[in-house]
Formats: sequence, C-alpha cells, structure tokens
Amino acid sequence: MKQRLPLFICLVVGLLMVIQFYIPHPVSVGFNSIINKWVVILSAFALVLGIGNLVSHHISKIKKAKADRWYSLVTLISMTLMALVGLVFGIGPDSLYQKIFLNILTPLGATMFALLAYYMASAAYRAFRVRNIEASILLASAFVVMLGFMPIGQFLHPYFPQVAEWIMRVPNMASQRGILFGVAFGSIATALKIILGIERSWLGSGK
Amino acid sequence: MFFLLIISGLSPQSVVANDRPNDAGGCVIITWDSVSDTSIDGYIVLRQTLPDTTFKRVGFTGRLKNEFEDNSAVDSERYVYRIATKKGEMYYYSPPSNVIHSSPQFFHTGRLNTLIAVIIFTFLLVYFVRRAKKGENLFIRKISGIDAVDEAIGRATEMGRPILYVPGLGDIDFPSTIASMNILGEVAKKVAMYDIPLIAVNCYPVVFTVAREIVHEAFLNQGKIEKYKDDYVRYLTESQFGYAGAINGIILRERPATCFFIGPFFAESLLMAETGNQIGAVQIAGTDQVLQLPFFVTACDYTLLGEEVYAASAYLSREPILLGSLKAQDFGKFLVLLILVFLTVLSFFNLNLLSFLKVE
Repeated sequence: MKQRLPLFICLVVGLLMVIQFYIPHPVSVGFNSIINKWVVILSAFALVLGIGNLVSHHISKIKKAKADRWYSLVTLISMTLMALVGLVFGIGPDSLYQKIFLNILTPLGATMFALLAYYMASAAYRAFRVRNIEASILLASAFVVMLGFMPIGQFLHPYFPQVAEWIMRVPNMASQRGILFGVAFGSIATALKIILGIERSWLGSGK
Repeated sequence: MFFLLIISGLSPQSVVANDRPNDAGGCVIITWDSVSDTSIDGYIVLRQTLPDTTFKRVGFTGRLKNEFEDNSAVDSERYVYRIATKKGEMYYYSPPSNVIHSSPQFFHTGRLNTLIAVIIFTFLLVYFVRRAKKGENLFIRKISGIDAVDEAIGRATEMGRPILYVPGLGDIDFPSTIASMNILGEVAKKVAMYDIPLIAVNCYPVVFTVAREIVHEAFLNQGKIEKYKDDYVRYLTESQFGYAGAINGIILRERPATCFFIGPFFAESLLMAETGNQIGAVQIAGTDQVLQLPFFVTACDYTLLGEEVYAASAYLSREPILLGSLKAQDFGKFLVLLILVFLTVLSFFNLNLLSFLKVE
C-alpha cells in the first residue's frame, strides 16, 4: 500500500496532465492552474524542511567546533538577520531588505559570475592542448571561429567570418540538434516510465 | 460611438471575423484587406453586440497590420465587426463583417502531431518492455561514463573520502532532475554498500526532500540504515551563484574523492567542475543542457551527453524492463530520422509536408 498509493496518484495525475495539454477548454486550463497552485503550496512545505536541514547541519558543525565553524556561524547569522529584516521592515522596493539584497547579495553573485572568465581560460588551455587528432581539430576550428568573429579576422582575409559562420551554423548546429533529439526522447521516456510505474527508483525502492 | 458611414478607396474591404482556433474561448480574430495608402495612421476596430445597433471601439492597430485579436469577447454573445481607417481626423469605414461568436475548443488540433508521436512512442515503449520481461537479451551499447561510476565509487572507498553528488540547478519539473534523482538512487545504494560518506547538495527544497527520501530508502534496502545520516543530503540555496559558491566551498574544505554533476546546469557548471578538477577528484558529469556540455567535457573525466543522462539509471540498475525502455528510445530516434529524411526528399519535389511537424 505504501508503494501502490503513490504509484496510483502518479498514474492518474500524470495522465490527466498529458490529456490537459491537448484540451484548450477553460475546465482543462483551470485544472492546470489548480495543480500549479498545489505545487507552489507543496514547495512551501518543503522549504521548511530545507531550512530545518540547513540550520541543523550548521548548528552541528558549530557544536563540533570544527575549523570551518565560522562559515557556519556567518551563514546562520546572515539567514536570521535577513529573515528578521524582511519580517520587521517589510520587503517593499525601498526597504532595508531590498537594499541588502541589491547592494550585498547581487554583487556577490556577480563576483562569482565574473570568476567564470578565469575558469574558462584555464579550461580552454587544457582543451586546446594538442594531444591527439580530435584536440587538433578542436584547436583549428576554435582558432578559425575566434578569428572570424573578431575584426582582425575580416582584416586578414574576408573568408574568415564566412567560414566561422559556416562552422557555427552547419556542423555545430547539426551536432547540437542530434543531442537535442536524444534529450527529447529521453525526457518523454522518463516521463512515461514514471507515469506507467516502470521506473520506481523515485519511490526509493528501485524496484 | 463611431458609426459614420463613409465609403471610399480608404475603406478596408473583406472584413472577416473568425473564432480563434484551439483556445479557451473569449477571443475573435478579425482580418481585412489593407488599404494601399501609406499615409494613414492605422485601423480602429469597432464591434456591435447583437441585437444592439451601435458599434463601439474595441481596439486600434498600426497601418502595417491587417489582423486584430479581440480578447474581450464573451462566449455567449454574437458580434459583428467593422474596421475604420484613420487618416488625420477622417475615418473611412468598412462594410460590416459576418456574425460571429467565440467558443472554447475540446481538442487542440495544432498539437495533433505530438499526440500521434506520443502514442507511437508509448506503443514502442510497451512493446520493448514486454520483450524485455520475456527475458529477451537486448543489446545496449557501452556507455563509458556510466561504467566509470563503480570505478569512481571504488576510488572514494580506497581513499576514505566522501562522494559529492550535485543534481544541478533545476527544480523537480525538469526531466533531467528526475533522471538525476534516479541515478542518485543507484549511487546511494553503492555508497551504502561500501560505507562511504555521501554529500548530496540541492538548491530546491522539493528536490531536497525527494533526494533525502531516495538516499534514505537506498540505505534501507541495503540493510545499512544504521549508517544513514541526515547530513548526507543537504539543502543549500536557490541562488544560482550562492549555490555554486557553497559547492566550491564544500569541494575545497571536504575534498571529495569523486564528484558527480548530473542534472540541468547553467552558467555555474564550469565554476564547480574546475574546482573539482583542481583538487584532483574523479569527476563524472552529465547534462541535457547542450551549451554546458563543452565545459563538462573539458573539466571532467567522464561526461554523459544528453540522452545518456536518461539512460544511466536503467544502465546502472541493469533491470531488463528499464533496459527495454532504452531500446524504445533508440527506435523512436530512428523513426524520427526516417520521417525527416522522407519529408526532406518530398520537399525536393515541391511537396512541402515539413509544416506538419510544426507544433503550436
């Protein structure tokens, strides 16, 4: 019963959602809207569990007096402060909460994003090292594409931008579409396997 | 009130009103022949609700358009439309349109092709699963990225260091997140078997609860529930770069022997994979996000490309029924390839049926 009930709910709701996709009638649209509201409500319950896990994990690290307990302390203090600021002063456009968000959290996120440039440089260095025939082809095509999209490419030879465009539009696009076909079928197969109860590892049993 | 009848060359002709197809009702589409004068301001759309005799303005479009969607229609009402060309202070009125009423539809005809495809694919899936159930040996090609899972877990066991599992930045409605959860179940079974610490980090609360349940059940099934710790599955944050920063911190502090990055990833993919690479962890990645694949190929030891992510759970579990579904996927792709080639050849003979593949 512990397994049959979730499987039954999954089958019924899954089939209803598939049918709903093909019916534009207001009743069907309304059903979709109700299901989406349920998802939001269930997510809110899950958030409580998530925060509980975060708090208990960091409290246990602080209690064990691990070397990196200070990070845990910062996490807990920041989380509590943000929650208190939002609850006491509100979260309107000019609130303290928004100011902290825009002036601390957003620049921190942007800093992490900016680091990507350096990571890309080190990854590109490894990828472009000529070790075998595939890496050589990669290096040659990357060289042409980079030159083709820079003004100096046009200056060196007018064919560079055209060749770069062709590489991006034909072989690159063809391989991307090939992968996307596989992804589409994989998605449909995963959905059908779960709806029909063939794949049950999400229930935990793996059988 | 705009009911002033002025007929001239500037009056729009052939005004036709139709119920918008494949909708939930409440919308009428009006089309007309544009006037040739390019100095007009645009067209005013007027509507008469029968049995009233007056026309009221319902909208305005620029001179380059000759179509208007009236989204204020009520399904039970009958309407007649008239279009007025506006040029300066002058209005030139069209003859009235046909009588029309909007209505909702019970089937979206623009999605018929996808319905046919889903039905065919479902039959293929059921057919191959039945064949697999009968014990038929179905050949599945070797996927080295998935074969490396055992090796990677073995390395963590030898080194006595944890395994990091990152299911990506997708909520539970991403198919690749669900596929990642299926793989997590298989990885967790091996983790329980070899008694290695696991760190599964999540950015969405629903994914976190599902992951926790899956890992818990995997330990239970392996008879190692006493070894399970709540700490194995952690919730971090929904912030994209906050998530990446937290994972980088975990990689640098807890130095996992093996990192799995399987699921939907976006701009944060390289940040995490490069950090794992720097500490020398064995890394297995997999995503259906085509633009992130080159980053993973560069920074990780093994990468599952697109559909391999969806195949991994079946491949790892070696359950015949699940392997049957992989065969269905392969046949589905083969069928699509045949259809594309066939329709492309037809288009050489001016028989363009490729539009049938279009989805609304």
